[in-house]
Amino acid sequence: MEARKIEMLVGVFVTAAIAAIVFLAMQVANNSDATRGETYTLYAKFDNIGGLKVRSPVKVGGVVVGRVTRITLDREYFEPLVEMRISTDFRGFPDTSSVSILTSGLLGEQYVGLEPGFIDEDVFTLEDGDYIYTTNSAIVLENLIGQFLFSQGNE
Amino acid sequence: MLRFFQQVGRDTLTTIRGIGEASIMLVQALIGKPQPIKMFPLLIRQLYVVGVQSMLIILISGLFIGMVLALQGYTILVDFGAEQALGPMVALSLLRELGPVVTALLFAGRAGSALTAEIGLMRATEQLSSLEMMAVDPLRRVVAPRFWAGFISMPLLAFMFSAVGIYGGYFVGVQWLGVDDGAFWSVMQASVDWQHDVMNGFIKSLVFAVVVTWIALYKGYTAMPTSPGISAATTQTVVYSSLAVLGLDFVLTALMFG
Repeated sequence: MEARKIEMLVGVFVTAAIAAIVFLAMQVANNSDATRGETYTLYAKFDNIGGLKVRSPVKVGGVVVGRVTRITLDREYFEPLVEMRISTDFRGFPDTSSVSILTSGLLGEQYVGLEPGFIDEDVFTLEDGDYIYTTNSAIVLENLIGQFLFSQGNE
Repeated sequence: MLRFFQQVGRDTLTTIRGIGEASIMLVQALIGKPQPIKMFPLLIRQLYVVGVQSMLIILISGLFIGMVLALQGYTILVDFGAEQALGPMVALSLLRELGPVVTALLFAGRAGSALTAEIGLMRATEQLSSLEMMAVDPLRRVVAPRFWAGFISMPLLAFMFSAVGIYGGYFVGVQWLGVDDGAFWSVMQASVDWQHDVMNGFIKSLVFAVVVTWIALYKGYTAMPTSPGISAATTQTVVYSSLAVLGLDFVLTALMFG
């Protein structure tokens, strides 16, 4: 086989290997922004986010409508601030909606559950950049046990 | 009784002599003034033989192993409602263990045996002696480029194996069995660490590359210059490299993740 063809095939080999390394770096080991399609952003502040992670799903009644894109700590009150990207296919949630952090199954991953609120004349819809004010934090097992023991002690 | 001790002693000395000869061979092949202009075309040629020609078997095996991992893992994880953990399971088992190890085993079978047979036949047909007659060092001309080709291509093949395997796991888990797309990747990203998992797998594959290529070259270089001799050397290459890879994998895993 001529030298040029061999060099070309070795080039293909090395390129494929580099592509594999890039795939491992970007998609498997690191975080990549992969919310596809048109989205709008909503924010919510929680007291405790438990084990919520970036790219966890946002669900309405079990249907995935978006993803968590960023988790930071609010500088003023030191509360966790969760940024969510919701697909524009699911527009028009009323601003009386509430979000809670739920767990799928007993050992499963945590996700954001969005509960649409009532609709009235003076209720606006949630638009890009809005905050959801009614939030329920993740249930922390230790706190739950603590409360249980405390209520037992009162009796 | 004395004969027994004599036998044990002889086997031990033969083994030690073999290790010593192999080390001397490797050192003589690799140490010396670098000759990039002369060596580079030889290296490219060997990268083609050792790396490119092993690519197909590595890619196909990786795809199927990833798919089987996802299929088997799902049946167990779904009982606990934890099928999102499929992503990290597939990715971690591929990056930490299966990628480097299975690549090394396949590499020993596909490229290692070919190297042994090729060099063994060169010895049998006295091509190595002819090179020496022409004042060309066969260790540097024949052995060194093959060693470097194996050393370079094995980690690259292991990366490809893991990447294709993870994609195979994604294909079965998400597209077929219905694990959530985002959860699959997000849980995987949350638990796979670049330094701890990907780089440790890379170090493993480098070690395996040295061991497998070294055994293949040594067995070929010292093969008996007869048909049964070359056949035995080829078999020994595959057996010894597989055992060395599996044994070393345990040691490396204990050191890295233990």
